[in-house]
Amino acid sequence: MIEAVPVEVEKNYLTEKQGVLSWFLTTDHKRIAILYTVAVTALFFLGGFFALMMRLELLSPRNWLVSAETYNKLFTMHGIIMVWFFLIPSIPNTLGNFVMPMALGAKDLAFPKLNLLSWYVFMFAAAVTVYALFRGGVDTGWTFYTPFSTSYSTTYVVAAAVGIFISGFSSILTGLNFIATTHKMRAPGLTWYRLPIFVWSMYATSLILVLATPVLAITLLMVAVERIFQVGIFDPALGGDPVLFQHMFWFYSHPAVYIMVLPAMAVVSEIIPAFARKPLFGYKAVAWSSIAIATLGFLVWGHHMFTAGTSVYSAMVFSFLSYCIAVPSAIKVFNWAATIYKGSISWDTPMLYAIGFVGLFTIGGMTGLFLAALGFDVHVQDTYFVVAHFHYIMVGGTVMAFLGGVHYWWPKISGKMYPEGLARVCAIVVFLGFNLTFFPQFVLGYLGMPRRYAAYPEEFQFLHILSTAGATILGVGYVAPLLYLLWAWKYAKPATSNPWRATGLEWKTPSPPPAHNFESTPVVNTRPYDYEAMKEELDLV
Amino acid sequence: MSDPVALELREQFATPEQQRETASAGMWIFLMTEVLMFGALFSAYTVYRILHPQGFALGSSEMDILLGSINTAILLTTSLMMAFAESNAQEGNERWLAICLIAVMLLGAVFLYVKFSEYIEHYHEHKAPGFWFEDSSPYANNVQLFFVFYFIMTGLHAVHMIIGIGIMAFLLFRTWVGSFSAQYHTPIVIGGLYWHFVDIVWIFLYAIFYLPGLHR
Repeated sequence: MIEAVPVEVEKNYLTEKQGVLSWFLTTDHKRIAILYTVAVTALFFLGGFFALMMRLELLSPRNWLVSAETYNKLFTMHGIIMVWFFLIPSIPNTLGNFVMPMALGAKDLAFPKLNLLSWYVFMFAAAVTVYALFRGGVDTGWTFYTPFSTSYSTTYVVAAAVGIFISGFSSILTGLNFIATTHKMRAPGLTWYRLPIFVWSMYATSLILVLATPVLAITLLMVAVERIFQVGIFDPALGGDPVLFQHMFWFYSHPAVYIMVLPAMAVVSEIIPAFARKPLFGYKAVAWSSIAIATLGFLVWGHHMFTAGTSVYSAMVFSFLSYCIAVPSAIKVFNWAATIYKGSISWDTPMLYAIGFVGLFTIGGMTGLFLAALGFDVHVQDTYFVVAHFHYIMVGGTVMAFLGGVHYWWPKISGKMYPEGLARVCAIVVFLGFNLTFFPQFVLGYLGMPRRYAAYPEEFQFLHILSTAGATILGVGYVAPLLYLLWAWKYAKPATSNPWRATGLEWKTPSPPPAHNFESTPVVNTRPYDYEAMKEELDLV
Repeated sequence: MSDPVALELREQFATPEQQRETASAGMWIFLMTEVLMFGALFSAYTVYRILHPQGFALGSSEMDILLGSINTAILLTTSLMMAFAESNAQEGNERWLAICLIAVMLLGAVFLYVKFSEYIEHYHEHKAPGFWFEDSSPYANNVQLFFVFYFIMTGLHAVHMIIGIGIMAFLLFRTWVGSFSAQYHTPIVIGGLYWHFVDIVWIFLYAIFYLPGLHR
C-alpha cells in the first residue's frame, strides 16, 4: 500500500492531549521537536536581525548607522546566537528529534524525560545569553579570544559564557539520548546497514556532541574564572598561554562545524533518493563517511591557528589532516551526484533545497581546501574570504538543508501539505539571495577586506552593496516560508501518510503520527532506500 | 501486577532487558563526556606544568600529603562499599544494600570534610588564587597557576562528589521503600558506575597534585 488514502485516525500526537501544560510537560519526542522548532526559529530571526544591521552598516565605507563599538557587539551577538542557539540545535533537535525514533521504528527516544529536560536547559541558556546581550552585549566576537575576553573587554563576557556553558548540557543530553537510542531502540530486523543515512549521520553528530562539548564548557569556565578572580590562566603576564585557549576553543569549535553540517548531510541523503526515485548510491561508503568525518573532525582544529605562532611542523600536520577530511566529504557529494544520475527527478521544494545544498556545500568545501593550504591561508586569514567560506557551509549548507528537511517532513509533522508553487519560488529566491550575499565576499576577502570592521576603503563599496542587496533578498526568502508554513498548518489540504512515496519507517505511519508513532512495532526485512522494489509495487498498482 | 520488574518497565521499551541495557549505555556515554571534561583540564595542567616546572613543584610542596593519602584511602573504601552494595543488590539482600549505601555516603561526607578543611588551610596560608594570594618565591605567578588548577579540578571533583552523595541518598530512599529486588536493581548499578568514575578521577588528581611534592 503506497498511495495511502488519508486514514481517519482517532487521535494523533497533536490531538491526543490538549492544553498548554500538555505541551510544557510532554515527553513525546514529536512535541519536544516542535517546542525546539519554535525556539530556534525565534532565535534564528534574532540572529538574522543582527546580520541585517551589519549589512546595512556596511553599505557605506564610513560609520553611518552604528558606532564601531556597537558593530563589534552586533557581529558577536550574531555569531553567538547563530552558532549555539540556531545551527548546533537546528536540525538535530527539531527534525532529528521528530524523525529519528520513527526512522528506528521506536515509540520514543531512549530517555524521553532527558529529552524534555534538554529543552528546558536550552531555554534557560538562551534566556541567560539573551539577557547578557540586551544588558549591553559582548564585543569579543563569538570566539572569545583571550586575553581580550579575559583582561580587556568591559562587556558582559561572563554572562554570555555562562549561557553557552549551560546550553552545552542541552547538547550533551541530546547527543547521549541519540546514541543510546540508535544502539538500543531499533525495530526488529533493523540492522545497522538497514538504517537510513539520516540515522547514521545523526549518530556521528551525537558522538561529536558528547565528546567535544565538555571541552568547550571547561574552556569557558576557565575564561570566567580568570575574569572573576583575575588569576591569569591565559594571561602571559601571569604565566598563562593565550594560544592554549585557542587550542582548547577550536578543539570544540572545529568539530562543532561538523555538528552543524552532518545533520544537513543527513537530511539531504533522505531527500535525494526520494526525489530521484533511486536507491542511494554507495550506501555503505556514505554511511561510514559520516563516522570518518566525525573522527577526522577532531584532528584538524589547528588549521584555525596557522597565524597564531604555532610551529611550522604542527601547521603542516594540521594542513595535511584538513585535506584528508575533504575525502569523506567528497565521497558524499559524488555519491549524491551518482544517485541523481539517470534518476527520474521531480523538482519539488525539498529537492530544490537539496540540490542547492550540494552545490553550495561543494563551493564551501572547496574553498575550505584553499584555506587548508598554508600559503594561501596566511594571505586571506581573518578576511571576508573566510567569512564567505564558512557561510557557504553553514548558511548555504545547514540552513538550506534545514529548510529542505522542514518541507520534506512537513506533511508528517503537521498532517498538511504546503503551497508547492510558492515554496519552489522561495527556494529559488533563497538560493539566488544567498549567492548574491556571499559570493562577493570571496572577492572582497581575496582583495584584502578584513573581517569584523565597520569601516573600509571606498574601493570595496560596490561589492559590499551587492552583498547587502543579496542579504535583503535572502531575508525575504527566509520570512516567506515562515508565513506560508504557519498558514499551511491550519488551512492547507491534508497530507496522506506518504505524499512523496518515500521509503523509511516514518512514512509507514499516519500523518500526523499517533502518540506512540506506530499502531504495532514494525518489522524490517528490506534494505534501505529500496525505490526499485517500490517502483515494481507502483507498477502493479 | 505485583512483578516489580514489570512495574518499572517504561512505555518506550519492549522488554526489561532492553531497558536495563539502555540505562547502562546511557551512563557509559555520559561518562565519556566526563572523561573529556576532566581530560581538558588535565591537558591544560600538563601544558603548564611543562612550561613552569619550578612553580608547579613549589605549589605541590604546599600540599598536605597525609590528608591527601587519607582521602585517597577513604575514597577507595567507598568504591569497595559500592561494589558490596551492588552484589547485595544482586542477591536481593536489601538490608545490607542499605547499610553499604549509608557507608558510601558517610565516607563520602568525611572525604568532603577533609577536602574543605584543606581548602580553608590553603586560604589561611594565602594560597587561594585571587587578590588574597601571597607568595614570596620568584615563581609566585606560576605557583598561583598551580593553585588555580588545584582549586578548579579538585573543586569540580568535589561537586561531583556532592552530586554522587545526592544520588546515593536517592538510591537509599528507593531501597527503603522497597523498589529494588534481585530481579530489578538497575539504578544501583548505574549509580555505582558514576561513583566509581568519580573515584577514579580522584586517583589521578592525587597523583598530579599531591605526589610531586614528595620529591623535594
